[in-house]
Amino acid sequence: MRRPLAIVPAFNEQDAVQSVLADLACNAPAVDVLVVNDGSTDATAMRAREAGATVVTLPVNLGIGGAVQTGFRYALDHGYAVALQFDGDGQHCAAEIAKLVAPIEAGTADAVIGSRFLGTDGYKSTPARRAGIRLFEAVNRLLIHQRITDNTSGFRAYNGRAIGLLAREYPHDYPEPEAVILMGRNGLRIAEVPVSMRERAGGASSIRGVRAAYYMVKVLIALFVTVTRAARKERS
Amino acid sequence: MTPPVDIVRIQYIGVIASLCFLLFVFHLMRSKHLRIEYSLLWLFFGVAFLFFSVSRTAMDSLSAMIGIAYSPSALLLILLMAHLLILIQFSVVISSLSDKNRDLAQSLALLELRVRELERRDSGRDAHT
Repeated sequence: MRRPLAIVPAFNEQDAVQSVLADLACNAPAVDVLVVNDGSTDATAMRAREAGATVVTLPVNLGIGGAVQTGFRYALDHGYAVALQFDGDGQHCAAEIAKLVAPIEAGTADAVIGSRFLGTDGYKSTPARRAGIRLFEAVNRLLIHQRITDNTSGFRAYNGRAIGLLAREYPHDYPEPEAVILMGRNGLRIAEVPVSMRERAGGASSIRGVRAAYYMVKVLIALFVTVTRAARKERS
Repeated sequence: MTPPVDIVRIQYIGVIASLCFLLFVFHLMRSKHLRIEYSLLWLFFGVAFLFFSVSRTAMDSLSAMIGIAYSPSALLLILLMAHLLILIQFSVVISSLSDKNRDLAQSLALLELRVRELERRDSGRDAHT
């Protein structure tokens, strides 16, 4: 069985990328790592290469959606049967990768989401953010009839079928909630496992204030548009 | 007392302006500054303006048909529709361009990685021989 591929999108993460890669090397040694350098203007690519990772550098900044999709295309080209999404900013714990991959290898799910809200260790968040997350959960239940508690989580694992779909079609900005609907509409089985996420080392979430309002509106509209599209025909 | 308005004059101006506009669009198409498929809407509305400049009765009967009492406002309506349509066309074209752009950037990045790996493998082989 081939090793899984961890796709690590990184945009100007020169200070975090080496510790993320060290975490992966130490706690998930059986995983290949691809850093997708999303047009960084700093030393992200160099630091990642120093740490021994394979680095693919986008010539322009495409945003998280375009970066992650580059990883799916790489996984598809290289015949990976399992791919993981693992953030380059140190939020996710490599030790939990095994938990994410288990349902895929057992064949019980096509995609697995690491959820902050299934566990018991209580993720701290603002009331507005929690309300938004609850709204998404209701929307998901309505649109794809699957219970997804954390559709904004970027800690995910996919099997070959999901990789094939997402390599061809992946949403642009703020892609995570849309990707859930896209997979649901295409008949993929989505599972969730509880994970814990680290507090950000520096800076706040990029989603605040006016941008938060834009985010909610954009994502909700995108969800409803996605759901009205017919499922894509699978190419084999 | 307001001076009498020569309503024929604006007709002349309308005809000349519409003709100039059509010629300008045609020139852009000839010089390949404007692709034929994106000129269709401009040409269509250019011809429509020419038609309504030439024939006052056409404007009046169109207004009557769609229930507009003051026929110049029908003209404004057509103008507004023309701009809306063309702007939507722009949005569609921009979306498609940005999708293709994304595809290209990804393919380029993946190719670059392959070249880098091939070169490394190659130089490794050179070192052995």
